[in-house]
Amino acid sequence: MNTDAILSFEEAMEKYDPVLGFEVHVELNTKTKMFSSAPNVFGDEPNTNVNEVDLGMPGVLPVVNKAAIESSIKIGLALNCKIAESCRFARKNYFYPDTPKNFQTSQYDEPIAYDGYLDIELSDGTVFRVEIERAHMEEDAGKLTHMGGATGRIQGADFSLVDYNRAGVPLVEIVTKPIEGAGSRAPELAKAYVAAVREIVKNLGVSDAKMERGNVRCDANVSLRPHGRERFGIRSETKNVNSLRAVEHAVRYEIQRHAAVLDAGEPVVQETRHWHEDTRTTTSGRAKSDADDYRYFPEPDLVPVVPSREWVEELRATLPEPPAARRKRLQADWGYSDLEFRDVVNAGVMDEIEETIAAGASASVARKWWMGEIVGRAKNADVDPGQLGVQPATIVELARMVEEGKINNKMASEVLDGVLAGEGTPSEIVEKRGLAVVSDDGPLLEAIDAALAAQPDVADKIRGGKVQAIGAIVGGVMKATRGQADAARVRELILEKLGVTV
Amino acid sequence: MTDNNELIRLSAARLAEKLAAGEVTSVEVTQAYLDRIAAVDGGERGVNAFLHVNAEEALAVAAEVDAIRAAGGAEAESLHVLAGVPIAVKDLIVTVGQPTTAGSKILEGWHSPYDATVVERLRAAKMPILGKTNLDEFAMGSSTEHSAYGPTRNPWDLDRIPGGSGGGSAAAVAAFEAPLALGTDTGGSIRQPGAVTGTVGVKPTYGSVSRYGAIAMASSLDQIGPVSRTVLDSALLHDVIGGHDPRDSTSLPDPLADLVAAAKTGNVEGMRIGIIKELHGEGYQAGVENRFNDALELLKEAGAEIVEVSCPNFQYALGAYYLIMPSEASSNLAKFDGVRYGLRVLPEDGPMTIERVMGATRAAGFGDEVKRRIILGTYALSAGYYDAYYGSAQKVRTLVQRDFDAAFTVADVLISPTAPTTAFRLGEKLDDPLAMYLNDVATIPANLAGVPGLSLPGGLADEDGLPVGIQLLAPAREDARLYRVGAVLESLLEAKWGGPLLAQAPELGELVEAKEAK
Repeated sequence: MNTDAILSFEEAMEKYDPVLGFEVHVELNTKTKMFSSAPNVFGDEPNTNVNEVDLGMPGVLPVVNKAAIESSIKIGLALNCKIAESCRFARKNYFYPDTPKNFQTSQYDEPIAYDGYLDIELSDGTVFRVEIERAHMEEDAGKLTHMGGATGRIQGADFSLVDYNRAGVPLVEIVTKPIEGAGSRAPELAKAYVAAVREIVKNLGVSDAKMERGNVRCDANVSLRPHGRERFGIRSETKNVNSLRAVEHAVRYEIQRHAAVLDAGEPVVQETRHWHEDTRTTTSGRAKSDADDYRYFPEPDLVPVVPSREWVEELRATLPEPPAARRKRLQADWGYSDLEFRDVVNAGVMDEIEETIAAGASASVARKWWMGEIVGRAKNADVDPGQLGVQPATIVELARMVEEGKINNKMASEVLDGVLAGEGTPSEIVEKRGLAVVSDDGPLLEAIDAALAAQPDVADKIRGGKVQAIGAIVGGVMKATRGQADAARVRELILEKLGVTV
Repeated sequence: MTDNNELIRLSAARLAEKLAAGEVTSVEVTQAYLDRIAAVDGGERGVNAFLHVNAEEALAVAAEVDAIRAAGGAEAESLHVLAGVPIAVKDLIVTVGQPTTAGSKILEGWHSPYDATVVERLRAAKMPILGKTNLDEFAMGSSTEHSAYGPTRNPWDLDRIPGGSGGGSAAAVAAFEAPLALGTDTGGSIRQPGAVTGTVGVKPTYGSVSRYGAIAMASSLDQIGPVSRTVLDSALLHDVIGGHDPRDSTSLPDPLADLVAAAKTGNVEGMRIGIIKELHGEGYQAGVENRFNDALELLKEAGAEIVEVSCPNFQYALGAYYLIMPSEASSNLAKFDGVRYGLRVLPEDGPMTIERVMGATRAAGFGDEVKRRIILGTYALSAGYYDAYYGSAQKVRTLVQRDFDAAFTVADVLISPTAPTTAFRLGEKLDDPLAMYLNDVATIPANLAGVPGLSLPGGLADEDGLPVGIQLLAPAREDARLYRVGAVLESLLEAKWGGPLLAQAPELGELVEAKEAK
């Protein structure tokens, strides 16, 4: 379906300099909505978490949720922003059925937070400063589901269903200034930036921060300019890129696509693009131009938000430690080497490891499982590790069973696959699959005799002192017991049998 | 004259006294009004003040009040002073159990799932709601001719307009179909109908009465207020509906000074009353000007000091109003799209897309005046025009506020005619929107500045024998001053006339029948 030409990333980088910009929408986890007392809950029956305000009934009026203001100020402070002494909401007017009033109440020219920055650590440890233009408050729209078409998009659909549960959910939109100078690290920076924002809002406790649920949504702006030119090129805006990997891929793809367009001597079209996770490409969405006229004007039903300086300072005092300080502390607590820790961060499993340790695992066990088992599986499944849904308690349980000698590492890995396949808890799977380390020496001795008989030359070598040859015999025994034997015990028994002491 | 005919002519305050004394029951009062509505409201030449009559519920509430009174004890003691006194509600204010149309086809048959805050307060005071009154569609107009359900007629002359947008509420009170009514005032929709029907209407300080449940025309200008036959009655009703409401962010946190006590003060000695130079004289009908001067004389005799103030920016108020109001209205009325409630019209042919269904619904559901204002407002807010239109209008608004601030340094209350003319004939200005808009020239500045205004009957114009309104204006939150001065002026005028002005109105029952016989 997608016919856009692309240049290789390397070639694009040789010729052009990318400029990025991000709009990250963060859904706040307040109890109620931005302007109504309806519950802010994800996943309920459609159109149950609504009242007359959310439905835009005649005569209703909005009231600003104080908790949402508090969360927004916290986000602003964590992004090193200034907090407005007074700011207003505006109406963004457009007709669309996911917006019950046919206007969205949003901050426009008076954001609650502005002029901040965020320092982003890249994989090699260098720090890149991203300037924050503003963080403003707005309400989310309802969710449309287009029925009957092949693509799930409105084009070709027979009809559309609308769920207003999400309408009015508080959002904070964080907008960066143009990000220049990232060069070939633009895709990496993109991913790291969104990861950092997600980490901040998660640590602040102001959002559930689950990208797969849309709690954190990223619109990525990309433009290219020839090296040495100051003026920015025409940008595209790729909407709703909803995983960290996708952010990286989308930026990389758009750089390659822009480069091909520019190479062909054509102008880049200013437009929104849709990201397709399956093909890892974007397709053209709506042409975005100055013709879009939202007829903004100050929302007359709301009075200005005037956060007192005392309140702002109180909130500043409650902020959790900044991510960089937290990393430093966690590395020290866990006793990881610099390299080990950087790998953890780059794999995006620092939070998961922290949770696993909090659930009772040791730092080394947590790292072994996440880095040794789960990251690899995520890569194969092409998802972020956190998206696999492995619970800290699962890892703790697996680790305990290994430690108690009930299963060995190989079995534990197998059990994890079972958990991911939805077969139950680790102990249920162990029972169901009949997995257990064979600890009765009887059957093992039989298997050892058989293995030694099968490879008499190896047995002689071991007797002769070449203990390292024992692996072949152990392997034979493990094979005969379908992996259920305790390899360490097998080794002991073989040495005993052959009368070798080490 | 029957007993009922006397009963319906009593003021709300007097009715309340008789109810409390057990001289009459609320069911008797409510039924008397329902009978009056049945007699004069319907038919080809009827007043047409009501779009919906709420007989069953009103009588049930009346019976409940009567039962509480009969039982006596603490519950009877704690009844509100207006308990059992019926009221009519402008059909722009949402009510559970009755339809709410806003005078528009686009909401025909719609029932609100919730009560407006003011309606909750009427219910808490146990006031029987007689029904919903007619209005210009979405309160857009000065004659009630823009109602999708036919015009309301002026009880003083059935061929004339009752003012607007709240012509239904004013006419209902003037025609003795209700002792009290609720209106909404965005640019004069309570005061101008009051003026042309010989009734009292008050636009309270912006934010002193909750707007929750009043279908918005222009959010920064709209205000719900009382309609009555006496100044004291408006004070009593204002007291019921006023006060902070957490559901309205623009609601003032603190209560106003005691309005009922202010209406009972009984003197204006030493008060400085300011004539606004720009709001009388040229462009005002001679009979209006004469009654205005009479009022000034009476106030002077009563010991008030009459001063003249100048509000030079008021000349730009009408222009600013007709940019701000339609701008906000264009956005407020966007929600009427056929998706969630109200009328839905499908396009006759072609693809059934959401844009086309919304378009067909709005094309069929809105009347011309509403479309005119939506188009005007959409244009004024458009990129490239915003600063020149909406932005400039907001600056004018600030200048109008400053004019008021300056005027109130030399005067405690300002005074002007409420409207430049008496009631015009039905159809007379329907094809000339600008002439229609000019009717609100004296009432609009108060909405732009958020200050309170009260209109009371000033007598009949010499040339046509129709009611003239006198407008009083006070600083924001000083609504009490309006009731104090208004009640004094009212008593002086009534002493001069030998009774209420409405006693001079033609006998309506005969008028309706006589014209129908023609």
